[in-house]
Amino acid sequence: MNWRAIWTIYKHEMSRTRRTLAQSVVSPVISTCLYFVVFGSAIGSRITEIEGVSYGAFIVPGMIMLSLRPLSVTNASFGIYFPKFTGTIYELLSAPISFIEIVIGYVGAAATKSTCLALIMLATAHLFVPLEILHPFWMLLFMVLTATTFSLLGFIIGIWAINFEQLQIIPLLVITPLAFLGGTFYSITMLPPTWQTVSLFNPVVYLVSGFRWSFYEISDVSVGVSLGMIAVFLGTCLIVVWYIFKTGYRLKS
Amino acid sequence: MMISVSHLSKTYDDGFQALKGIDLEIGRGEIFALLGPNGAGKTTLISVICGIVTPSGGRVTVDGHDIISNYRATRSLIGLVPQELTTDAFETVGHVVRFSRGLFGKKPDAAHIEKVLKDLSLWDRRDNQIMTLSGGMKRRVMIAKALAHEPRVLFLDEPTAGVDVELRKEMWQVVHDLRASGVTIILTTHYIEEAEEIADRVAVINHGEIILVEDKAELMRKLGKKQLELELHATLKAVPKKLSQHDLVLAADGLRLIYTYDTHAERTGITALLKDLHEAGIRFRDLQTTQSSLEEIFVSLVRSEP
Repeated sequence: MNWRAIWTIYKHEMSRTRRTLAQSVVSPVISTCLYFVVFGSAIGSRITEIEGVSYGAFIVPGMIMLSLRPLSVTNASFGIYFPKFTGTIYELLSAPISFIEIVIGYVGAAATKSTCLALIMLATAHLFVPLEILHPFWMLLFMVLTATTFSLLGFIIGIWAINFEQLQIIPLLVITPLAFLGGTFYSITMLPPTWQTVSLFNPVVYLVSGFRWSFYEISDVSVGVSLGMIAVFLGTCLIVVWYIFKTGYRLKS
Repeated sequence: MMISVSHLSKTYDDGFQALKGIDLEIGRGEIFALLGPNGAGKTTLISVICGIVTPSGGRVTVDGHDIISNYRATRSLIGLVPQELTTDAFETVGHVVRFSRGLFGKKPDAAHIEKVLKDLSLWDRRDNQIMTLSGGMKRRVMIAKALAHEPRVLFLDEPTAGVDVELRKEMWQVVHDLRASGVTIILTTHYIEEAEEIADRVAVINHGEIILVEDKAELMRKLGKKQLELELHATLKAVPKKLSQHDLVLAADGLRLIYTYDTHAERTGITALLKDLHEAGIRFRDLQTTQSSLEEIFVSLVRSEP
């Protein structure tokens, strides 16, 4: 393992965040505040409680997930797409590093960034509603696993994309709709039975449900199933990344 | 041998055959020029050796290590300056150069980075963002990046494309210093003069094949033919007898005399020719010299292949 190279990529990616501090840190904090004003206060005041938890507190886990996923995807996809776009990718390909080291560097940095932001959002949320986290360890684990999985997905998108439009299209057309329909602002038990069944095909449901369980011990599906599904997504992404590097897909001719 | 290439071929996905069974040996500490027109396969050959392009067949070793099975060893030895100016516009000069060193797994070494930046007149710009630099300065940054990890082999792909005279001089100084420290240097160019100025040996590549590999001096003798064209005032029916000792050809319906000579010969015979023309009373309105273009030379080289 060329640890120094991994560390170099990691540091390089993290330093990008410092340069775009306003965009990367301030904007999620502001959007958290906005969600609380709209859903927590304006709408939430008319909804009493869901399964014994105040609506404001109920939406916190879903809201964090709502930001964590696209952030992980964009961080990682931009991270690897940019060298492709500017041409500096030649350096990565001609350096004495393996593909797995490149992935660890880029995906590790992207996941770190989005996890940090999720924690900042959690702290911001704490200013609006009293929070209790029954299983902090599991909360962190769900957070890190989700960040890693979606960073891997972002990395794949970054490799696959050959223009800026493609880079945006999956987060916009797939991830955002799934996130909104995945029980972020509601429990899927509030839906009619048919839609409950449809929702079970939405992977996001499992992520939100498990994450919410770590806060309040309430969930739409069992925690084991949630973890299992995350493992499936993570495994799928790893297989795709492995294939990309084995074949040099869109990287090497 | 520092680099040994055998039966190397590369066919791209679209069916284009960029390299057709290349065999090449490059010695330690040599300055080797790969000469060829655009699209000849120069960049593909370099890209394969550096690990950017996957070969379709054949084998390459660098310092005895196979570039595929032992890529970590070979790539650690190699520094690459690609043809295009590809840089991280938003980063500073110092950052990208240190980044390159780290990527190659080398310990940070402030003294080495300082030396590289000073040699390339970049030291004063180390904290500047790359997008604020001129094209020539960006080219220096590319070279600094390639030298950051102290390579033993340096590839310079079209290093002087769009580079001013001053930088060219500096660059050749850096190349000479590197060679003095034992670094092997391979550069590609489509300018004969460039190969002439700097290389020990020259390979001519065209359509994915090495046409010849030769010592520079020998090649220059072969490629050194030049022509002097004289536009005449009056039409000539034939080359006058008095001038028959010169290698002259009549062209443009007798309005032009063409004299072929060797630029590397001790005497080119031009003075004698002009004197004889004067004595023969042949007046001319204009004259120009031309050197056969590299393309023409390639054609003649390919034709003369057995």
